[in-house]
Amino acid sequence: MLLPLAALVARGFGGGLDAFWRAVTAPDAKSALFFTIGASVVVVLVNAVFGTLVAWVLVRDQFRGKAAVNAIIDLPFALPTIVAGLTLLALYGPRGPLGIDVAYTRIAVLLALAFVTLPFVVRAVQPVLMEVDRDMEDAAASLGARSSTVFRRIVLPNLMPAILAGGGLALARCLGEFGSVVLISGNIPNKTEVSSVFISKQIEGDNLTGAAAVSVALLLLSLVMLLAVGAIQARRARRGK
Amino acid sequence: MGSRLSLRGLALGYLTVLLVFPLGMVGYRTFEHGLNAAWNAATTPDAVHAFWLTLLMVAVAVPLNTIFGVGAALLIARREFRGKALFNAAVDIPFAVSPVVVGLALILAYGQPGWFGKDLAGAGIQVIFNPLGMIIASIFISLPFVVRETVPVLREIGTEQEQAAATLGARSWQTFWRITLPAIRWGVAYGVILTTARVLGEFGAVSVVSGKLVGKTETLPLHVQTAFEDFNLAGAYSAAFVLALMAFVAVLSMQLLKGRETA
Repeated sequence: MLLPLAALVARGFGGGLDAFWRAVTAPDAKSALFFTIGASVVVVLVNAVFGTLVAWVLVRDQFRGKAAVNAIIDLPFALPTIVAGLTLLALYGPRGPLGIDVAYTRIAVLLALAFVTLPFVVRAVQPVLMEVDRDMEDAAASLGARSSTVFRRIVLPNLMPAILAGGGLALARCLGEFGSVVLISGNIPNKTEVSSVFISKQIEGDNLTGAAAVSVALLLLSLVMLLAVGAIQARRARRGK
Repeated sequence: MGSRLSLRGLALGYLTVLLVFPLGMVGYRTFEHGLNAAWNAATTPDAVHAFWLTLLMVAVAVPLNTIFGVGAALLIARREFRGKALFNAAVDIPFAVSPVVVGLALILAYGQPGWFGKDLAGAGIQVIFNPLGMIIASIFISLPFVVRETVPVLREIGTEQEQAAATLGARSWQTFWRITLPAIRWGVAYGVILTTARVLGEFGAVSVVSGKLVGKTETLPLHVQTAFEDFNLAGAYSAAFVLALMAFVAVLSMQLLKGRETA
């Protein structure tokens, strides 16, 4: 496993730091990289909010069919990414039944990323929310705090590490996502092309060095993300003791 | 009470727009022209070949990753050694790497222009543009699941029973088969399902190393894309439907396992 990655890094820096920098900052590569990062951040923020909301509803709310809703949360993990792309295209693309056509736009990319990373925050927050002691909330409420205040001052601080951990994983996933984006984005350079698609095009065009350079950049970004998540979890574990 | 209902509505609405509608749509498009048409589209020779190749990859990658995963989990949870933190972090790398990047790394290591390309070619082994490379890619991409599901269970069950068995004279493999494995089996099974789902659906990494040779190195997810790009929508939707069905079975079995764990 490490051998191929070593080969990749060696190839990425094969022409020296200068060549690496030039490959990463070439106009197409740079715009793909910036778009990937921007889209990932937006999607993770949206899913952090909605993921927490979904987890909240799943833990605190009671309604018929809750078990089924809980089960489908995992579907994006299990569903092949290319199928995810195709499903979104079927619904929100040309000929879609809703009359909404976002195919080959940046919105489509956001949609695909939101789909595949939906479970991360939900599954990180859910168990924490189940364990949270409700006495504090009840105490705050009995002292006259409004439910929004209780949420902001009591619940949210408890959930924050989980939201950050789930969000970090989601961000790492977004940065590298390929299968779900490839059909629906149209892969238009400088517009809807994400880095992973850019890399795959470079490979098909036999520009392995350029592909390797952007890959290394992407790899570093995701590694930083995962290390940050690890640090958050370690801090939480220490506090727990 | 009203705010609670609106929260529920908002959460369920988001899920519906993002998950339920699109999935229903694929089902609809698949069977739009009747059961027969769907069956014919799903059973073209290319599609059937892709289906069996996908199953072959599962059959090889999942057992290997299960054995490695349990072994690595035991190392992480039960042993102390130098570089353990590093090993622990390295296991997670596939989660942090884009599948396309994994494919490229494999080409640069084992492909024609790669480090070992010449030696492998000399030995008559072709990795890239061959099912062998696709299997390696699948193993790489799905490596962490069993480890990550097993480690917490190992930590939770503790070592008391294992130590008791050891003091009673059990050998280490006896302890493993009779004490440890039965205790962690649901965790492992959960990891195996996740691994299977991932291998079944892997697209990016496999796509890069496969060379997309129709009828030779095309898996079912790759077939979805080729069919779609050939304007063979019926083929694309029917293959996607088969894959979605398998994903559904995976999710269902995960739920059943969860129920068993808590029971």
